[in-house]
Amino acid sequence: MTDLALEKTAAAAPHRASPALLGIGALLIVAYGVLPLVASEYLFDAILTPFLALALAGLGLNILTGYAGQVSLGSSAFMAVGAYAAYNLALRLPGVPFLVDILLAGLVAAAVGLLFGLPSLRLRGFYLAVSTLAAQFFVQWVFNKVGWFSNNSPSGIVTVPPLSVAGLPLDSSAGRYLFALGVVTAVTLAVWRLVESPTGRALVALRDHETAARVIGIPVLRVKLLAFAVSSFIIGVAGVLWAFAYLRTVEPAGFNLDRSFQILFIVIIGGLASLRGAFLGAALIVVFPLLLSRLGEALLGGLFDSGVLEMSQRIVLGLLIVTFLIAEPAGLAALLDRLWNRAWNWISGRFRRTG
Amino acid sequence: MPAVLSEAFVSPAAGTVPSALAVEALSLSFGGVTALSDISFAVAPGEIRAVIGPNGAGKSSLLNVVSGLYQPDRGRVWLGGHSFAAVPTDRLAKLGVSRTFQNLALFKGLSVLDNVAAGLSHRLRAGLFAQVIGLPAARRERAEGYARAEELLAFLHLDGVRDRPAGTLPYGMQKRVELARALVARPRLLLLDEPMAGMTLTEKRDLSGHIRAARDDLGTTIVLIEHDVGVVMGLSDRIAVLDYGRLIADGTPDQIRNDPVVIDAYLGVAHDLEAGEGI
Repeated sequence: MTDLALEKTAAAAPHRASPALLGIGALLIVAYGVLPLVASEYLFDAILTPFLALALAGLGLNILTGYAGQVSLGSSAFMAVGAYAAYNLALRLPGVPFLVDILLAGLVAAAVGLLFGLPSLRLRGFYLAVSTLAAQFFVQWVFNKVGWFSNNSPSGIVTVPPLSVAGLPLDSSAGRYLFALGVVTAVTLAVWRLVESPTGRALVALRDHETAARVIGIPVLRVKLLAFAVSSFIIGVAGVLWAFAYLRTVEPAGFNLDRSFQILFIVIIGGLASLRGAFLGAALIVVFPLLLSRLGEALLGGLFDSGVLEMSQRIVLGLLIVTFLIAEPAGLAALLDRLWNRAWNWISGRFRRTG
Repeated sequence: MPAVLSEAFVSPAAGTVPSALAVEALSLSFGGVTALSDISFAVAPGEIRAVIGPNGAGKSSLLNVVSGLYQPDRGRVWLGGHSFAAVPTDRLAKLGVSRTFQNLALFKGLSVLDNVAAGLSHRLRAGLFAQVIGLPAARRERAEGYARAEELLAFLHLDGVRDRPAGTLPYGMQKRVELARALVARPRLLLLDEPMAGMTLTEKRDLSGHIRAARDDLGTTIVLIEHDVGVVMGLSDRIAVLDYGRLIADGTPDQIRNDPVVIDAYLGVAHDLEAGEGI
């Protein structure tokens, strides 16, 4: 990038700050005020609620991988821990409010994440990524093997109790959506505060130059473990939403390696170290298969069955990821930024010419 | 040589004015290759001390031992009245020591301001929760850090680029950001590993001025490795010369300029003179 281009974006920044806030405000109004009134059950159950849960998981992984630079391939294990912890807390401690259950489930996931984060103190890059696979397989194995976690259900699949907060039943599609939205809004706000804080700065410092970070006195080991714990906490909460707001059942197979990769793809496609990226990536991952199946049906009719759909999903998604890694490593977030800048320059250019 | 050195050598143990840095009989080898061999010297507070020598002489190894990135096989390092067999890198900043690296070691994804403010990391007290909630103490700490960083940006004329990601700046400016990050905590001792490598003549002159200002205005003791002997002669109070891991001379620029051993090391048969180098 040339100096000139940089100065231009820097100069545009003050103008952009308020549109960004306006944009977030508008999104929140639509999400809280408009959608609950107009959206269909299908939109809630098949798109919006899973989108929120996956966006939150993406947000959690982004802290670890995008900000702190530690690759993890075991995200869905922590979703599983969160989901099973919340299920067992609700089952075994019926008096405890569900919001407390969520908090505790997140803390359990954080503790497990901390444990599986210990190898990061000695391993990095590819070797660390492989060691996070251990979390994936071990956790899934435990939930399959130990009946206690699923209340000795013979099929291994358990149905979670209906969602209610402070006596208010939220078991309708819109209710579960609103509940997920509330949790995601609160966690996103906290994450935004985190990445803007000195601790967030330490995460990036660790990613960009670990030796320099040590020399200036950043407690590298502590920050690494903190990244694992916070990331696993958020992914655990995402698991609670996945189980209680979206599926309303819990089974180990739902949190397999495919899901972990899905979350990783959300972060890569959306944009590493970008909060918006997690939401953009999750939107793409949720909406894209639906669009693809509609498109396939329209073009090929009966030939486009579920097997073909699944295969073509994988192929197109793979192509997308390779394309993003090569052409736009900073993901959809950066892509949109660039488009927005271009549009802004075009608009302000026109104004200058006419005015 | 050690006999001559012992007069200049003032460790806290000797009971006189403590040196800002002293190394005592340091030896380091990598799998049979000797990087440092029995090196002793002391740097007085407020001094600008250059370390020069041909490529592979052990200069960077010396700084890496002093900052704890390498552990010496033998010898000790004295820093701020403490003696270490292996310097604890994690406590380096608390000991009042900061350093820059030969190759840029900036946090590319952070803004210039955040890079410099990160230099105060060792002073942070507020926990994660306090930072996220925004408790007054955490907010004050964060604001003070940025205020200090802004001062340093002004000091090094970097205020114009404060919000740019450090990785997008031209090379010479990135070097200056690294210097700002090293200076922001007001270190007692600053170690600079080839701060001017790859700079133009004007940039070198500017940076020399900044280094001298750091010593004069902030009272920082400076140890720098530098290849450009012309710059070194003008900037430093004393110069240590390394060759093949040994300290072959240590004295004022005038002494070094006329030292036959030094001239031999630079012009002798064993080493090739690098383009642009010379005395």
